[in-house]
Amino acid sequence: MAEKILMKGNEAIAYGAIDCGCDGYFGYPITPQSEVMETLMKVQPWETTGMVVLQAESETASINMVYGGACCGKKVMTSSSSPGISLMCEGLSYIAGAELPCVVVNVMRGGPGLGTIQPSQGDYFQTVKGGGHGDYHPIVLAPASAQDMYDFVGEAFDLAFKYRNPAIILGDGVIGQMMEKVELRPAKPRRTEEEIRALCDSWATIGSKGRHGNTITSLSLDPQVQENFNIKLQKKYAEIEANEVRFSTYMAEDAEYLIVAFGCMSRIGEKVVELAREEGIRLGLLRPITLYPFPKKEIDSLVPQLKSILSLELNAGQMVEDIRLVVNGRIPVNFYGRQGGMIPDPEEILEVFKKTM
Amino acid sequence: MKEEIIIAGFGGQGVLSMGKILAYSGIMQDQEVAWMPSYGPEMRGGTCNVSVILSDKKISSPILSKFDTAIILNQQSLDKFESRIKPGGLLVYDPNGITHHPTRTDIQIYKIDAADEAAKMGNAKAYNMIVLGAFLKVKPIVKMENVTAGLKKSLPPRHHNLIPMNEQAIKVGMEAAVKVR
Repeated sequence: MAEKILMKGNEAIAYGAIDCGCDGYFGYPITPQSEVMETLMKVQPWETTGMVVLQAESETASINMVYGGACCGKKVMTSSSSPGISLMCEGLSYIAGAELPCVVVNVMRGGPGLGTIQPSQGDYFQTVKGGGHGDYHPIVLAPASAQDMYDFVGEAFDLAFKYRNPAIILGDGVIGQMMEKVELRPAKPRRTEEEIRALCDSWATIGSKGRHGNTITSLSLDPQVQENFNIKLQKKYAEIEANEVRFSTYMAEDAEYLIVAFGCMSRIGEKVVELAREEGIRLGLLRPITLYPFPKKEIDSLVPQLKSILSLELNAGQMVEDIRLVVNGRIPVNFYGRQGGMIPDPEEILEVFKKTM
Repeated sequence: MKEEIIIAGFGGQGVLSMGKILAYSGIMQDQEVAWMPSYGPEMRGGTCNVSVILSDKKISSPILSKFDTAIILNQQSLDKFESRIKPGGLLVYDPNGITHHPTRTDIQIYKIDAADEAAKMGNAKAYNMIVLGAFLKVKPIVKMENVTAGLKKSLPPRHHNLIPMNEQAIKVGMEAAVKVR
């Protein structure tokens, strides 16, 4: 049996990185995710796997170190929290424009500005709609437990390399700070130089002996060339939307009412479902695990059996817009959220839900 | 079995580590656990709390409004959490520094003068394990052998020599807990 360890979600990110064969982590501390780098510095993976762990001078530097590492076909990542992610958005846009794989973890806190260090999901728009400039999408995974934080690092790298696209793990202060049982998987070794060449030779800047050199850039001054590239990117996103939707449901089969919630709010939402079921109310839950691509078809297929949907978020109502686009006016789509680091408890949500019935 | 616990007191009293040891003890007996701290600009002397859930089944919400047990170590926390104990639930508190005592009559109440007992042991750091002992006397939800295993897991190896002292402190707490009602 694999070892089960009590750890914070943030620690799980660090162990997940080491165990999936990550080549490099570049970061800058910020609450509530500082334990990611603290744990890496404590475990010292450079002594075992050779993974580089580096505290950069800023978030801007971190994301550009990731950019450089990704150019070389390495599995590189960074992590931060909301204000730090804002600083990284320029780099993220360049990485998306250069079609490079990387993993970015955002353990969200309240905003805008420096806001609060308490949990939030206020970066939904920023994350799933791009964040940086230009028409691009990162792949977005939303963990709801410490185990997810551990597992999603490897999964995000797999997706990032499959599509040569940045993948973001969008957590929050609850999932980052909470300790839960995590089952560690057998560690994968880092890729060898030969494996990197076999996988990334068509695009990575890893030495051009015996072939033409690869050029990595996000710049093309000829509008036709740029438009062709944009069309190619959109084709890639269509493929991602067709193939990579991940979601889970809880008591949704016979549901008349549905909560849609991600991350920590999906956990609280499950408890609301349990409380409602005790009162004989047929409430179910759908948890988008990927926020981009969004589980449109899955929500759409439930609409005929539903009387209404409640979107639960730690913000002023962001994901609810995507749900309303899917539902397209067929049934009411309601919203409940708290902001500023406040977290609603299940009883509070149940009362709100009953008023929408 | 499912037990939802809030532990609250001053920073520096060992609130978070008590919760961690309890959570690790749960893992040692193959339960699901969640440990959710108040985090922020907490410091020694400020208020601090952690909710701990032990369950035989998957845990849904780590955020709770009502608790089966409240382990309370200062007045502010008593004021905040007494009303949030489920009817029939348990309150364990340290009466040291408490001027407004609990008034609920629909819950079990135990007090543990842990600072005094720790002083008798000659080890102020035993404080939180004495409190844990008082709780485990009333609700033995984790076996002592699993607490020991949990201590081993949560303490770094250089502190494993302190495990017997911690076990002793838990026993002291079990003996010193006094039923109020």
